[in-house]
Amino acid sequence: MRFVFDGREHIAEPGDTLAAALLRNGVRIVATSLYAGRPRGVFGIGAEEPNAYVHVDSGGGETMLRATQVEVYDGLRARSLAGKGDLGTEPDTARYDKTHAHCDVLVVGAGPAGLAAALAAGASGARVILADEQPALGGGLLGARALLDGAPAADWLAAAAARLAAMPEVRVLPRTTVTGYHDHNYLTAVERRADCLADPPPHMARQRLWHIRARQVVLAAGAHERPIAFADNDRPGVMLAGAAASYAWRHGVLPGRRAVVFGAHDGALVAARDLADAGVEVAALADVRDGSVVVGTEADADGVLTAALIAPLGADGRPAGAPERVGCDLLAVSGGWDPAVHLCSQSGGRLAWSDEVAAFVPATSAQQERSVGAARGTFDLAAALAEGSDAGAQAAEATGFQGSGAELPTVESVPMDRQSPADERPFGAGRALAGRPPAAFFCVEPADEAAAGRVFVDLQRDATLRDLRRAVGAGMTSSEHVKRYTTIGTAADQGRTSGVLAVGLLANVLGRSMTDVGTTTYRPPYTPMSFALLAGRDRGRLADPERITALHAWHEARGAPFEDVGQWKRPWYFPQPGETGQPQDTMEQAVLRECRAAREDVAAMDASTLGKIELQGADVGEFLDRIYTGVFSALKVGRCKYGVMCAADGMVLDDGTVSRLSEGRWLMTTTTGNAGVVLDWLEEWLQTEWPSLDVRCTSVTEQWATVALVGPRSREVLAGLAPDLDVSNESFRFMDFREAEVAGLPARVFRISFSGELAYEINTPSWYGLALWQAVMAAGVTPYGTETMHVLRAEKGFVIVGQETDGTVTPQDLGMGWAVSKKKPDFVGKRSHQRADTARAGRKQLVGLLPDDARTVLAEGAQLVTGPPPTPPTPTHGHVTSSYRSAALERPFALAMVIDGAARHGETLYAVDGDQVTPVTVVEPVRYDKEGARRDG
Amino acid sequence: MLRIDCPWCGPRDETEFRYGGQADVFYPEDPSSLDDAAWAEYVFVRGNPKGWFAERWVHVAGCRRWFNTERHTVTYEFREAAP
Repeated sequence: MRFVFDGREHIAEPGDTLAAALLRNGVRIVATSLYAGRPRGVFGIGAEEPNAYVHVDSGGGETMLRATQVEVYDGLRARSLAGKGDLGTEPDTARYDKTHAHCDVLVVGAGPAGLAAALAAGASGARVILADEQPALGGGLLGARALLDGAPAADWLAAAAARLAAMPEVRVLPRTTVTGYHDHNYLTAVERRADCLADPPPHMARQRLWHIRARQVVLAAGAHERPIAFADNDRPGVMLAGAAASYAWRHGVLPGRRAVVFGAHDGALVAARDLADAGVEVAALADVRDGSVVVGTEADADGVLTAALIAPLGADGRPAGAPERVGCDLLAVSGGWDPAVHLCSQSGGRLAWSDEVAAFVPATSAQQERSVGAARGTFDLAAALAEGSDAGAQAAEATGFQGSGAELPTVESVPMDRQSPADERPFGAGRALAGRPPAAFFCVEPADEAAAGRVFVDLQRDATLRDLRRAVGAGMTSSEHVKRYTTIGTAADQGRTSGVLAVGLLANVLGRSMTDVGTTTYRPPYTPMSFALLAGRDRGRLADPERITALHAWHEARGAPFEDVGQWKRPWYFPQPGETGQPQDTMEQAVLRECRAAREDVAAMDASTLGKIELQGADVGEFLDRIYTGVFSALKVGRCKYGVMCAADGMVLDDGTVSRLSEGRWLMTTTTGNAGVVLDWLEEWLQTEWPSLDVRCTSVTEQWATVALVGPRSREVLAGLAPDLDVSNESFRFMDFREAEVAGLPARVFRISFSGELAYEINTPSWYGLALWQAVMAAGVTPYGTETMHVLRAEKGFVIVGQETDGTVTPQDLGMGWAVSKKKPDFVGKRSHQRADTARAGRKQLVGLLPDDARTVLAEGAQLVTGPPPTPPTPTHGHVTSSYRSAALERPFALAMVIDGAARHGETLYAVDGDQVTPVTVVEPVRYDKEGARRDG
Repeated sequence: MLRIDCPWCGPRDETEFRYGGQADVFYPEDPSSLDDAAWAEYVFVRGNPKGWFAERWVHVAGCRRWFNTERHTVTYEFREAAP
């Protein structure tokens, strides 16, 4: 396989990660550090990698990927990064999917413990999901040298995979990272599907986001190797010891020819043996427990490691005596293994420091989970297998299945006393493991303070021992504060190789215990995930449902731009030939024309989006009396009434009309965007406070198409369309409702006006909507959109809930005290209208505004102040809520909420919109036909 | 994401529900007889305990019915739901 890194072509072997392939090709420098600009090499082998972050250009492209987890395919193109990513400028065209799953047992991690758990739980018949971030099952067994049942580990892995595949209720998800452990055993996982393919099939989603609800979780996520910090510990060639050995035995890549191994626990010795057995010359072994440490390194002109400096450790825990220089191209470091406690901690489980394994381990569980194997500090292979099997059986039993544990292999380790073929010095007699306890050792103190600035605690953040000392010097004693002050642990690697080091250093300085200092909080996601994945297909038009009316196709054909009102697409205006220029110019010409048609001739609007709720039952009248501020129980069949509803705090919640269709059937209309809210509001009162009322309500918004027919000629048009309907003013009065045949279609006609003109709202079942509209248009009626509707209603001083109101406005503030009953003993919100705060002077009240220049259309939202030019601080006296150019008034006008506005008519205020200050005169809100003379045509 | 037991529909994801605040806050018999402080207590003041809390939920994306339940505000554990 060929791949390109930083413009140079290399050869990779199947199964290589990018990091393995780069080491295979002798690429020592793979990145430049973010702040110090120092060269960096591959440091780890998995999610813990702090250095080798790359940008992949091939495939869909992705930035800030760990080279240790990028699978090489033929044709991969990648480049190094200097500590931070390159955000693409092109949209990501790849597909991302989401999927939901339920299971009895979720096993996170398919190393030995996780496999044993999945086999045990699966054998019980429980529904099991086994997720692992690597492409192949095995975890720490991949490339392991131990013999299982007398055969290589790969044989047992293949058999285990086959057994799992044969279990119908077990789903195995490789290349899947469980990234979040949320409430009630809800976990999220990222499955990488196409990222590893040179030429993925077009149907395949690049990644899949799993939402998993698990009854029980087994956390077998393994452990991350922890380094030890010392001066110049960041040079290419310095690497985690276990990672170095794994590159040799798993990928067949030697990360160096001559190595120094530096460690604080038996695992470092195992790594040294494995490196030696693989053919690396192990030149020296520095074991903290033997009083030997690496105090520094030397490098060549490129900054690449050439030697390690080893010195004895004094009784005070600091290096003592002159260091010995040992030439090497690999410095393999291992301070210990940190269990991957991230998910346990995310789930609410607490961690505690274990002296036995010198690491933080899970201490308590908050949810239905258990940690096993290396993830709980059990590093012995046989013990991890047994622990996993027990946990899998227990988890299955907890979900009602009969578990019996998995059949486990015998484990035969490679003996430690084997002579190194390269150099027998480090593995002489007395070097047996003998289970010596690990040392909790985090940092080799440098000889001088200047060197402390080269002791890197967090390699990705270039944060050093000096930074940490500064934080303590500034008075920080909490690991959370130190993290934020030094940035240790805040990079994309989330401090996997630095977090525990920082805790250890802090504990030493403060003289406190590791548990007492504690880790910082682990939060999702465990490894970074892309926003494109989180968005999935919910992008663009699919981000939110679009609701369209029965007349939508007609509006589209007429070239109407659409306005979003809630989820509805409403025609905004209907431009005609000759109405040209910038979009706002076209709109202005169209709206002025549409307004004139409605005021002087006849015009029609698609009002289908108005919320419609039908109420049935014997007690609807009583119910409406409690919900609305006005009286509705006295409404006669065939009549309509306008109503305002308030919340318990007395503020306007919604407005609309109620029509009594028959004795026990009522129809309520609501604001377009508020229909759902109002239905929920009604249900809440009916179910929780007044269940004894005989009222049932349901939404009928989608069942009816509504055409508002407006203007002095509307009666004439309606008469033509409905020859059997008596449309005379005496017979079909304002606020009357009639059932009739309109254009041959069954219809409900309401004489309701939101413009002040003679007007009708004609409702017909939705499937007849287009036919009705076409018949109205055929009568020579001008179509108008939402903008004209707004202008017409504002000219009349009619408010729109949500535009004039914002949840702090009472009906009285709107000058609508007339809609509030004084006689009813109670309605929702009534008592609040008498509260001191709602009854006080100084509240904002609805007014009209006329810009003094008669030209400027004020910006909606503009603040109103008393004097020009406004010099801060300038107290606000109110704000503009609606602003339009009026054909009828032949000038712009606005509605506003102004402090004590009802008493300030005639006063001059100044509307401030950025740099633009416009003097305006406060006037009463009704600007057109104050007498209501036009209502009856 | 919480998993909530609807007493009519069974266990469902939290996204199907809307929160209804503290349970057993009843609309006063005669609001006009209350002084401002007592009325404000009903309208604005709610409990915020650390521990078990009786609260209301409504299964808006399901049966649309209200019910009372108890939830632990630290662990988010639920106790038996009641209509």
